[in-house]
Amino acid sequence: MLSRVASNLYWMSRYVERAENTARVLDVTWRMSLLVKEPRLQDQEWFAPLNITGTLFPFAGRHKVANAREVLHFMALDPENPSSIYACAKSARENARAVRGSITSEMWEVLNGTWLEIQQMDEDKMLQRGTSTFFDWVKDRSHLFRGVTFGTMRRDDAYHFARLGTHLERADNTARILDVKYHVLLPSVKEVGGAVDYYQWSAVLRSVSAFEAYRKVYRDAVTPIKLAELLILRPDLPRSLHFCVKQAFETLNYVKNDQSEETLRKAGLLLASLQYGKISDIFTKGLHEYLTAFLRSTQEVSNGVQKSFFAPILVE
Amino acid sequence: MAPPVYFNEMYDGGRSVRPHYAAFAEWLRDTPPERIAQNRHAADLLFHRVGITFAVYGEASGTERLIPFDIVPHVIPGADWDMLSRGLAQRVTALNRFLHDVYHDQEILGAGLIPYEQIQSNPQFRPEMIGVDVPGGVYAHVAGVDIVRNNDGKYYVLEDNLRTPSGVSYMLENRKMMMRLFPELFAQQSIRPVDHYPDLLLETLRELSPQGAENPTIVLLTPGHFNSAYFEHAFLAQQMGIELVEGQDLFVQNSTVFMRTTQGPQRVDVIYRRIDDDFLDPQAFRPDSMLGVPGLLQAYRAGRVTLANAIGTGVADDKSMYPYVPEMIRFYLGEEPILNNVPTYVLKKPDDLQYVLDNLAELVVKEAQGSGGYGMLVGPTASREERERYRQRILDSPERFIAQPTLSLSVVPTFVGTDLGDRHIDLRPYVLTGSSTRFVPGGLTRVALREGSLVVNSSQGGGVKDTWVVD
Repeated sequence: MLSRVASNLYWMSRYVERAENTARVLDVTWRMSLLVKEPRLQDQEWFAPLNITGTLFPFAGRHKVANAREVLHFMALDPENPSSIYACAKSARENARAVRGSITSEMWEVLNGTWLEIQQMDEDKMLQRGTSTFFDWVKDRSHLFRGVTFGTMRRDDAYHFARLGTHLERADNTARILDVKYHVLLPSVKEVGGAVDYYQWSAVLRSVSAFEAYRKVYRDAVTPIKLAELLILRPDLPRSLHFCVKQAFETLNYVKNDQSEETLRKAGLLLASLQYGKISDIFTKGLHEYLTAFLRSTQEVSNGVQKSFFAPILVE
Repeated sequence: MAPPVYFNEMYDGGRSVRPHYAAFAEWLRDTPPERIAQNRHAADLLFHRVGITFAVYGEASGTERLIPFDIVPHVIPGADWDMLSRGLAQRVTALNRFLHDVYHDQEILGAGLIPYEQIQSNPQFRPEMIGVDVPGGVYAHVAGVDIVRNNDGKYYVLEDNLRTPSGVSYMLENRKMMMRLFPELFAQQSIRPVDHYPDLLLETLRELSPQGAENPTIVLLTPGHFNSAYFEHAFLAQQMGIELVEGQDLFVQNSTVFMRTTQGPQRVDVIYRRIDDDFLDPQAFRPDSMLGVPGLLQAYRAGRVTLANAIGTGVADDKSMYPYVPEMIRFYLGEEPILNNVPTYVLKKPDDLQYVLDNLAELVVKEAQGSGGYGMLVGPTASREERERYRQRILDSPERFIAQPTLSLSVVPTFVGTDLGDRHIDLRPYVLTGSSTRFVPGGLTRVALREGSLVVNSSQGGGVKDTWVVD
């Protein structure tokens, strides 16, 4: 298929996935912010979503304080922030519009409808109605888009490039969500392992829709180690790093060309490390350090995809 | 001055419903206004959701607008259409013969029927095409011929669009919408179908394969999503199952066109291009163009790729060439024209110029190179100042203009707010030419939404209607 079209499909999916995950990050932050805490730590957790999406710097350039209202505006509805949910909805639609011939009309209608609706929203309404209503809407639209993609698209290259975008973005995002806890300071040392800590880890689990899965797999209280094992190494959880990297690797293997060998190799190495990794090793190394390294690796694979499939190939 | 009399497509002079509108009129009478209002609203929402829009030039980039859609169809009796389609085939055949002639032996010029300077001074004439043989000798594979009906009840050809005529996607979407909202109308009567247009277009394009390959790779070349007709480009590519490409997706090597794919370069055989000649190849035409493909003309001249429509077709649809089309029909086909031309004054002729200057208030004056309804003077509705300003423009360079009597375009009842009012229309049928001539019955009906306005172009606020050929 056309390189430009493959690139548009890939980015279309990435933006949809990113919007959904930003909603999930904000939702988990919101839940954490509702927990009782000392007044001096008020609003502390609102730095977390900025930190994990790497947008603290542009945010600080335009906002004085990081509180619920300001961060929600910046990350949900700010047209100037290229990674806001609003901007993602717009970019996804623009990418889809550029390749309308390669997606089904149902896919286009979902993205176009989402874009038309999100333009009508503002943060006053969002806070009034409860932010969760908004986050649920974002997730619903993303579910709908994935469902319609799955249910209507021929399993050709277009489908595979779209799925590649979804899984690389999701791997990146799950790693970032898992890193939330690192960036959220606990109220005090005595709380570690206590009620607040429990609620925070549960919020992380719920944010990736994995609470029930956790219970089924471990039949145990929520502990950081088990939770990390679930979200990193579990091969059958659709938002785990292992699952996403496996999907991405298989897709890459399907669409591979003369130039993609090195990218495939990198993805394969990453997959092997997840297939044979042990959670105790990861915690010995440090969870935050592990996740940082993981993000670097997925970035390398993304760059490889960009170079081997989307950059113009010249013949000599 | 007596109010102008228009031919009403739906009612005759005594305000009785014409027979071919009877079924619709009955339905209109019996359908509760609430249901009609509801469905009109539903149509707006659907068009918006599906994103059937066109981009607007001169406004913030990416601005998209909906073309207003009216539910009262333009109904054409089957017998009228049969005559029209014969006339269209005849006309487009002659125009194609003319294009071949003008780039080869120029017999029609030699015979003195069209002055040499008409060609030499025409910016749409492409000397690069002289002596180039195109498959089957066909240049205009897709033509959109604008037809109007005057108050004498006769059909006239207003314009032959041979370069990259657009609007066919609206024709198809309008039909889909009407069938969805008012299925009973289609059950009650025999309306000829149009949905197979993409099949006919694909068939036409497949016949153009340069080396007669069994399975030619066909692409649609678009300037990109800022173009006003981008929706149509994407729509047609999707309907035909061919790649929608931009200039950056193609490159030329060894006089062969390739597209960049994720599996490396792939050869392209036929390009349905929706980019004007000027922007097709920066090496041959405008060097500043980013839209085209460097080296495309060279590959084309080498016969390694076919372009639809061919380069240089503009010389035949230029408004200053229009008056000669009946002559072309007689010269190449030895037939009398079936369709009427509108009498046209060519202002570079001194007699015509004098007549037009004396009768500016009754005439429509257009730029020979203009399109989209821009830069024209509608004498009867223009103010004295507007006419004087235009007079000066004409005197400055008369060769740039033509003039025609103001036609009283026919009207069709059209919803304006909640009421029906008579509005002027025109009709653009699409004529496909490959190894044979192909049509779908009808075409795109455009309607001027402002009362009394004769300008139906979408860029000037016009709307569209479904076109029915009924038997």
